[in-house]
Amino acid sequence: MLELKSLNVHYGVIHVLKDVSLTVGRGQIVTLIGANGAGKTTALRTISGIKAPSSGSIILDGQDITKIPAPKRVVLGLSQVPEGRRIFASMSVYENLELGAYLRKDTKAVKSDIQDVFARFPILGKRQKQPAGTLSGGEQQMLAIGRALMLKPKILLLDEPSMGLAPILVNEIFDIIKNINEQGTTVLLVEQNASKALAIADIGYVLETGTIVLSGTGAELAASDDVKKAYLGG
Amino acid sequence: MFKAKNIAAVALLAAVYTAIKILRLTGIFGSYHEITIAQICINMLLACSLNLITGFAGQFSLGHAGFMSIGAYACALIIIRFPSVYGFMLGLIAGSLASAVVGLAIGIPTLRLSGDYLAIATLGMAEIIKVVFFNLKITNGAAGLMNIPRLMNWEWMFCLTAGSVALINNFINSRHGRACMSIREDEIASQSVGIDIALYKIAAFAIGAFFAGISGGMYAAYFYVLKPGIFGLLKSIDILVIVVLGGLGSISGSIIGAALLTLISALLQDFASLRMIIYALMLIAIMMFRPQGLLGTNEISFALFTRALKRESAK
Repeated sequence: MLELKSLNVHYGVIHVLKDVSLTVGRGQIVTLIGANGAGKTTALRTISGIKAPSSGSIILDGQDITKIPAPKRVVLGLSQVPEGRRIFASMSVYENLELGAYLRKDTKAVKSDIQDVFARFPILGKRQKQPAGTLSGGEQQMLAIGRALMLKPKILLLDEPSMGLAPILVNEIFDIIKNINEQGTTVLLVEQNASKALAIADIGYVLETGTIVLSGTGAELAASDDVKKAYLGG
Repeated sequence: MFKAKNIAAVALLAAVYTAIKILRLTGIFGSYHEITIAQICINMLLACSLNLITGFAGQFSLGHAGFMSIGAYACALIIIRFPSVYGFMLGLIAGSLASAVVGLAIGIPTLRLSGDYLAIATLGMAEIIKVVFFNLKITNGAAGLMNIPRLMNWEWMFCLTAGSVALINNFINSRHGRACMSIREDEIASQSVGIDIALYKIAAFAIGAFFAGISGGMYAAYFYVLKPGIFGLLKSIDILVIVVLGGLGSISGSIIGAALLTLISALLQDFASLRMIIYALMLIAIMMFRPQGLLGTNEISFALFTRALKRESAK
């Protein structure tokens, strides 16, 4: 469904991604794990179109989207939950979800989809009139995911959804991601929390200083000695 | 279209209009008061248009007087040649469009700038415009344009301002306005939901500049005289003060702020030497006690009143 073909990305003279290729199949959860500074966020930014690659190509559903600007890619079904949640803090929860549907013109369906998000995350429904900045970290993450779902994306890009959350919430967020995937949305998950990410992923890729060094099914990678040593604490 | 709040807004406008008209006809309001009303109208429109750029789209601008001057000079040059209502219409349209084009021209190259850097860039732009008017032959340089026919009266001012502010308000309450606000909140999040942030930043500049151009045209056709010096940094800051004081992101705040500050500065005219000191002290006091501005990001609405009433009755 989504394919990166030998993608190279530079920030000035710094070569951040080196010949990165990966494939996300329809209905899968694919995770990209790696340490700080490995290039995970850059990879996502390149996919969503915020950063232009210096070479290589991005294919979505057989269409080359490398040259398509970021807002148009959202129309094509790529929806991103940015790193650090990035909700609209002074707007209400409800308005955040409305903005998530910014590109949609079917007002009635949008309203019922907002109710669907509230059904998925009842706490957001309770707080729908509250400014989003007053939500807890976990609730904000739910809101960010809910907002991305408002576009009914073909593929959901998640950038470190567990960042800064209490361990109990981390489990909840991963359950949510798995649940969203089971309902038919393809997921590309970028994470530092390798053990949790690999536990729910069909396929995993390990990124190290801009190069993909390992790939395999989630279970294979979780069992691999290299990954264990580097990311799972022995 | 015929919602209660729209009817209320029209009724309020009609009431204010009638009140001024009666005061004017009975002679309680002299020409001095009329000038103050004109100034309030001009400042309101300037403040609302700057609020669109700075308060709603979050693009800090110190060059609003520059946009105003383009509208003013364009309108003046046209009505000097065609001193009629049609000439004025033409001047207003030409001036506001010219101003919007310059808004585009400043919006595109400064897209990547934000905050202080953008403020400096817009300040520089306004200074360039000023220098151009200083040196052009057609604008008569530093001496400025004199004897511009006075084609405006307060009724015109009132209607133009009300109409323009209504248009700005409609824009802000549309999905496009929402998009502008989301950019102020968080650019990356806006992009992630598919908002074209470049487009809306530029649009905010162009639309804000357009209405600043209209206020400039109103100024030219009311106050006879234009000099480049009027449109300096101080004027831009005056407008910014109104916006910040009324509340960044509140149109009603800008309206109240413009009326209040213009009145205060008119009333203090009798104490010429103390005027700026009192004015400045008041600004400092308001900013200390209401750092978010008089209205914050709230708008005056029925909901606000009913909520306040409920709070009162709960006591």
